[in-house]
Amino acid sequence: MGEVELLSRIQFAITAGFHFLYPPMSIGLGIALVIMEGMYLKTKDKKWEDLTRFWVKIFGIIFAMGVASGIVMEFQFGTNWAPYSRFVGDVFGSVLAAEGIFAFFLESGFLALLLFGWNRVKPPIHFLSTIIVTFGAHFSAVWILVANSWMQTPAGFQLVTKQVGETLVTRAEITDFWQVVFNPSTIDRLTHTIFASWLTGAALILSISAYYILKNRHLEEAKSAIKVGLIILIITSILQLITGHQSAVGVAKHQPSKLAAMEGHFEASAPAPLHIFGWVDTEEQKVKYGIAIPGMLSWLVHFDSSKPITGLNHFKPEDRPPVNIVFQSFRIMVGIGLFFILLSIVGTVLWASNKLTSAKWFLWILVFSVILPHLANQTGWIVAEVGRQPWIVYGIMRTSEAFSQNLSPGEAWFSLILFTAIYILIFILFLFLLDRTIRRGIGIYTKEDIYSKQKSLLEKG
Amino acid sequence: MDLNTIWFILIGVLFAGYAILDGFDLGVGSVHLFVKDDYQRRIFLNSIGPVWDGNEVWLITGGGALFAAFPNVYASVFSGFYIALFLLLVVLVFRAVAIEFRSKRESPRWRNSWDIAYSISSYLIAFLLGVAMGNIITGVPLNEMGDFVGNFWTLISPYTVLTGITTVALFMMHGTIYLAMKTEGEVHQKVVGWINNTIIFFVICYVSTTMITLVYVPHMSAPFKDNPILFIIPLLNMLAIANIPREIHHRRYGWAFISSCASIAALLALFAIGIFPNLVISNPNPEFSLNIYNSASSQRTLTIMLIIAIIGMPFVLAYTSAIYWVFRGKVKTEDLHY
Ligand code: HDD
Ligand code: HEM
Ligand code: HEM
Repeated sequence: MGEVELLSRIQFAITAGFHFLYPPMSIGLGIALVIMEGMYLKTKDKKWEDLTRFWVKIFGIIFAMGVASGIVMEFQFGTNWAPYSRFVGDVFGSVLAAEGIFAFFLESGFLALLLFGWNRVKPPIHFLSTIIVTFGAHFSAVWILVANSWMQTPAGFQLVTKQVGETLVTRAEITDFWQVVFNPSTIDRLTHTIFASWLTGAALILSISAYYILKNRHLEEAKSAIKVGLIILIITSILQLITGHQSAVGVAKHQPSKLAAMEGHFEASAPAPLHIFGWVDTEEQKVKYGIAIPGMLSWLVHFDSSKPITGLNHFKPEDRPPVNIVFQSFRIMVGIGLFFILLSIVGTVLWASNKLTSAKWFLWILVFSVILPHLANQTGWIVAEVGRQPWIVYGIMRTSEAFSQNLSPGEAWFSLILFTAIYILIFILFLFLLDRTIRRGIGIYTKEDIYSKQKSLLEKG
Repeated sequence: MDLNTIWFILIGVLFAGYAILDGFDLGVGSVHLFVKDDYQRRIFLNSIGPVWDGNEVWLITGGGALFAAFPNVYASVFSGFYIALFLLLVVLVFRAVAIEFRSKRESPRWRNSWDIAYSISSYLIAFLLGVAMGNIITGVPLNEMGDFVGNFWTLISPYTVLTGITTVALFMMHGTIYLAMKTEGEVHQKVVGWINNTIIFFVICYVSTTMITLVYVPHMSAPFKDNPILFIIPLLNMLAIANIPREIHHRRYGWAFISSCASIAALLALFAIGIFPNLVISNPNPEFSLNIYNSASSQRTLTIMLIIAIIGMPFVLAYTSAIYWVFRGKVKTEDLHY
């Protein structure tokens, strides 16, 4: 692999990985905010108002990070993947533009009301803004995932070749917009990613609330928040298993080389076992040091343990993705998914026996499990994207044909180092701000908040 | 009018929207360090607080629309202007982060450092955008495939530096007028005192850029010679600029701001007419230029996008105006979130 190609890929992976830390949290917190503010409007209880205001602050910080890291993403296709942009612009560009027009304007506009509108609009209008921002965040996920799913399972297009000067240039042109939007993997990946985001938001709420209870602060608020978080967690952890399974079945059907890598399955056509864990030896073409359930993969995909699964040997060596990284990442994600199901069950039992907020060990688990959804998100994307290799558009365009040929290694190094440094810096600042907001606590207001509170009290009489 | 031309205009509208809206908040950033007092700086920041992020979305959507309508331009310009574009992205990110962080701690050193980062990035964004415009005007070396064949230094010439400075001056004027509209009391007096200087600075830059363009870049003025009715646009542009001091004199800051919006729109219209139907002019070898036909997506995509725009843009305009309306009026102490 050429230097520029490698550097461009690393750069894309790093920037996308950092970007994807923030959107899942804002999508997930958005849902929780709607619940909290809805409770406030319904009960008029100050507890819910304080909770809403506290989480809006955290939401604002996360959102700003998502925006800052997203801007780079928007232009990177052009900078580092120019041939790719020319090839897919006709299909892919309209989806990206739809995202801007339908989603980003909506989010960023109403975010202003959400963050700064407390004294400017009436509570129901503020609530409406919360709903719209949350809706907008989901909507941007929808469009970008449509774009990405199209790269995984392209549909609704035709290849058109034109002569430019001496050379022939091929590109994909759209034939059916709705086939592009609802390509074979869109629904599976959309549901799986949205619920992943809700789970990520819930884990954040659970972690911070559990921390407050352990530190004996804001007990009343934290206990209410923990229930909101736990309900979301219970629902989404189960949905993750279902939608994840759906995705895997879809992958088996539409991207067999990816599924083979996910399971380290080599034989071109044979029933396949399911490995709980292990290490793939690509020389000997088998999974070592692991535990396997015979026929299980065949059963999961076809509900028949004797049906064959396409193995890696079915593909030419140059058409196979890297195996071990996909294999291991997949196991990390699924492991985390199963862990959260277990956590939900334990939480439900504790809740039912009224020990939810007194079982210290459980609260400590909640405090630390905040990083797990992020780990699952990252490894999930690695499965999806590395598993797609060597294709950038599955079966149609290779990653090695897609990077900008006119970049020098110097330029590629320059941007890679610069952006890695900046993203790390932003991440540290983000942690710092989050920490400060948590320390300051719920219902503790800055000078300006106090001022506006007095004002609204005066107005109410 | 064909779809390609419609999309040329629509993308022009998106970038004009960006220049008008982000223009004033970049301008506010460029005068940020002119006041030393923390309270006054916070008034400045909060005057743009609720809207700057939404303003930036015009750039993002413009980029997305460019990708969709003219993918070859998106690919050539961004991979060709690689270092310049990444510098622009760095400062955009830095500016967003600085606004977010500066008020989160009381320490004067913390605040001052972020203030400097914020102000410098505001200057640099304006400057780099101006340099990019300058390069589009003069043309850049492209090969037959439409790939850029120069390097970072190809982009920097006396002319492009001048267009860069002109953009800085334009946004500075625009932002100062916006501040005059949004502030009251002592800060307001200060800001009003700057307006005339910023106008003079801009007019000097503007006149020099125009002269040099007329002499050295004849293709920019050719459409006006062929089609004298187009002269109405430079005329409107000059009227709008001349109107600003008059409105300021009568303390009608809202009208002054509208005039300055109009002059930005007219400047971009001049630019667009000058390059039409090209999007990136190739210099030398004009036959390799990327225009609205050889770089466009298929007619079907342009149609689909037009439908998307027709459905989406009225909503965007409606709620963007509604949100500006909610946050209208002077910045008050209780609005100090930053
Ligand atoms: C909280 C995060 C999270 C959790 C707990 C899980 N996943 Fe996941 N998974 C994602 C977050 C995620 C993701 C980040 O959202 C991905 C990456 C790309 C995508 O569309 O979704 C993903 C992708 C992804 C893919 C690849 C889809 C493709 O390549 O198109 C499969 C097969 C699964 N997941 C399966 C599962 C299974 C069986 C799980 C068991 C419970 C599971 N995931 C839990
Ligand atoms: C935000 C979450 C995402 C993460 C964490 C992520 C992760 C990755 C990783 C790890 C790679 C490198 C694969 C390799 O080098 O083998 C990659 C490549 C890529 N991804 Fe994604 N991705 C994300 C979202 C997306 C989306 C939504 C799109 C399209 C809209 C996309 C398009 C691409 C492209 C064009 C490449 C470069 C070509 C390649 O190396 O495959 N990614 N991504
Ligand atoms: C390569 C692919 C991607 C690109 C080009 C991209 C681009 C962007 C841009 C430009 C912004 C800033 C918008 C603003 O200023 O308001 C943004 C924010 C956002 N993006 Fe991404 N993005 C990508 C991947 C993703 C993925 C995979 C998701 C979710 C599944 C996502 C969800 C969001 C959300 C919800 C926001 C709003 C800010 C936030 O909530 O943190 N993006 N993205």
